[in-house]
Amino acid sequence: MTDISRRSVTNLSAIPKEEYIYRCTSACAGCSSSLCLRYVLKAAGPDSVLVVPACCTSVIQGIYPATAMNVPVYNVAFAAAAACASGMSEAFAATGKETNVIVYAGDGGTVDIGIQSLSGAFERGTNFLYICYDNEAYGNTGMQRSGSTPLGARTTTTPGGKPTSKKDLDRIVEAHNPPYMATACSAYPLDLYKKVRKALSIRGPKFIHILAPCPPGWRYPTEKTVEMGKLAVKTGVWVLYEREFGKLTINGPSKAAMRKPEPLEDYISGQGRFKNLSPETLDLMRQQVEQNIQRLAREEEGVC
Amino acid sequence: MLTIATGNRAVAEAVKAAKPGVIAAYPITPQTEIVEQIADYVTTGNLESRYIPVESEHSAMAACIGASVGGVRTFTATSSHGLLYMHEMIHWAAGGRLPIVMANVNRALGPGWNTWAEHTDAFSQRDTGWLQVYVGTVQEAYDATLMAFRIAEDERVLLPVMVNLDGFSLSHITQSLETEEIGDFLPPYHLPHAIDTENPRGYGPMTGPDNYYRFRWDIERSMRDARGVIAEVESEFADRFGRSYGPTEEYRCEDADVVVIALGTFGKEAEVAVDRLRDEGIRAGSMRLRWFRPFPDLDLSGREVVVIDRDYSFGFGGVVAHSIRAKTGIEPYSVIAGLGGQEVTYNDIADFVRGRRPGEETWFGVNDHV
Ligand SMILES: Cc1ncc(C[n+]2csc(CCOP(=O)(O)OP(=O)(O)O)c2C)c(N)n1
Ligand code: SF4
Repeated sequence: MTDISRRSVTNLSAIPKEEYIYRCTSACAGCSSSLCLRYVLKAAGPDSVLVVPACCTSVIQGIYPATAMNVPVYNVAFAAAAACASGMSEAFAATGKETNVIVYAGDGGTVDIGIQSLSGAFERGTNFLYICYDNEAYGNTGMQRSGSTPLGARTTTTPGGKPTSKKDLDRIVEAHNPPYMATACSAYPLDLYKKVRKALSIRGPKFIHILAPCPPGWRYPTEKTVEMGKLAVKTGVWVLYEREFGKLTINGPSKAAMRKPEPLEDYISGQGRFKNLSPETLDLMRQQVEQNIQRLAREEEGVC
Repeated sequence: MLTIATGNRAVAEAVKAAKPGVIAAYPITPQTEIVEQIADYVTTGNLESRYIPVESEHSAMAACIGASVGGVRTFTATSSHGLLYMHEMIHWAAGGRLPIVMANVNRALGPGWNTWAEHTDAFSQRDTGWLQVYVGTVQEAYDATLMAFRIAEDERVLLPVMVNLDGFSLSHITQSLETEEIGDFLPPYHLPHAIDTENPRGYGPMTGPDNYYRFRWDIERSMRDARGVIAEVESEFADRFGRSYGPTEEYRCEDADVVVIALGTFGKEAEVAVDRLRDEGIRAGSMRLRWFRPFPDLDLSGREVVVIDRDYSFGFGGVVAHSIRAKTGIEPYSVIAGLGGQEVTYNDIADFVRGRRPGEETWFGVNDHV
């Protein structure tokens, strides 16, 4: 296995200089999910394999015979990533290899079509890391709704705004009792880096859910990608936490946000996908954000 | 060792001898006994494989794909709806050039629910790039499964192999079975494009119109080479273990005026029918088609042909009859029989020959002329 220690990395300069994604990927300008992948691979190191279902990442890596990645990338059908990773992980175990098996999948490939194989692999205790980068829509096919699209968001298949709420993937995964699970956000790369390192130091099924703002999908200017991620956390829409062997820890940036969240409107107003949101929907969103924060805070205090 | 076994048990025994690194499977009637038997071997330490009890057939094939490219021999078994649920991954396995071996216990498709034998399940995967062999006896189920690993893993082939056996009429009947100490008949698994983090590559990335067709042509080239590889492996198998097979199994064909062509257990039944017909002075022979992909070259010149299809392509005709017509130019008498386990005896097969009408199609039990 690559050198994975719990040695603390306190600033960005401590992150390895090695690049596992070359320049000139086919990602859109301002794509935060490809930025996240860069940090994921820096954390995982060269003895790692990516298993990638149909999603933006299958495009970002480039067109045969070229590739923008310098770890092996196994592209597989949309519903099959976690199951394929199960087989690969067992093959490595059978041949005594310690190679990291990492699924890097979009939200659609995780919460919708891939949920069966995700659930199966977690139930079986597959030794792998499943990362869902969540751009809250089907990016690859041009921004249709996914189960992870939030309430009120306009997509090409919910042109009037999504009438139902975001599926709570984390609670579904939590119900499988993995030894490690975490949320992350592309605007906090050091936090993501540390979480990947920690996840890979543990055996069994690990899960990281990254909120990954997407300029064309969310309809904001490309240079606002980091700002958008920060706003998601600061407004409490996205809470950064880890659950290690069942124990929840809310991470620093979210602790601060939970004490005094910034107004939800700051996050909503900068995104074209939330244009013309009705006051009722906004109210409902606010309630959902508050309920989620309170639930997590209560759990951390041990009063659930 | 000589024993008595069902077709399913014979497949499991062959898998035990082949020692895959990973087996991933999901149960479905009438295949279930195979996966139960293998799970038992693994649990009792009789087989040192890693067994992944997956949550669906789509995942079974996906797990085999991950394991095969991960560097170990892999096996799965399925049937009917399970095979169809795998369909997407079946293509992915062949396109990924992965030598996965799968037993498919042929069964009809719903609706209505029917667990008995039919070949439509396997034929629905005909164009996926998998090699397909159809077996007629318990012994052959064992032998073909063993050889399937050797053929699939040969570097001139590197394509997955589907071993087909008829549901119940072979999967659940018992016959004598000779199992073997296989020694080095199967060499250690070696996949030239196995995942190697020292040499990172992209597997199955976006491939444009400028290159995609080259990969398809590569599959076809290997299918063509597979004919020779199959012959080599079957001949080595005959030398080592004394049982010989070919692309077809012919019975009293040398001087035959009329030849019955069928797959699987009907191919065996046809041999008894041939004996009956010979007693009546009809010079009949039987040709059991073993390999369906790659399709063998058949010499049927100067003969009349009766084809039994345990399948149907709606709006067109029997798949085997059409294949024979296209490959040989002969207009066979096409009999559609045995769908969903419909009983067909050797007497019925003899009747097909007696009442044959070259160039016509008949559905046994519906509008047959016999
Ligand atoms: C079985 C199947 N259905 C549909 C598709 C088309 N498809 C490819 S990627 C995709 C959406 C992917 O969305 P997501 O998983 O959220 O990842 P993103 O593209 O946003 O990165 C769809 C619908 C497919 N490849 N396979
Ligand atoms: S659509 Fe969004 S996630 Fe996909 S490549 Fe573009 S910016 Fe990245």
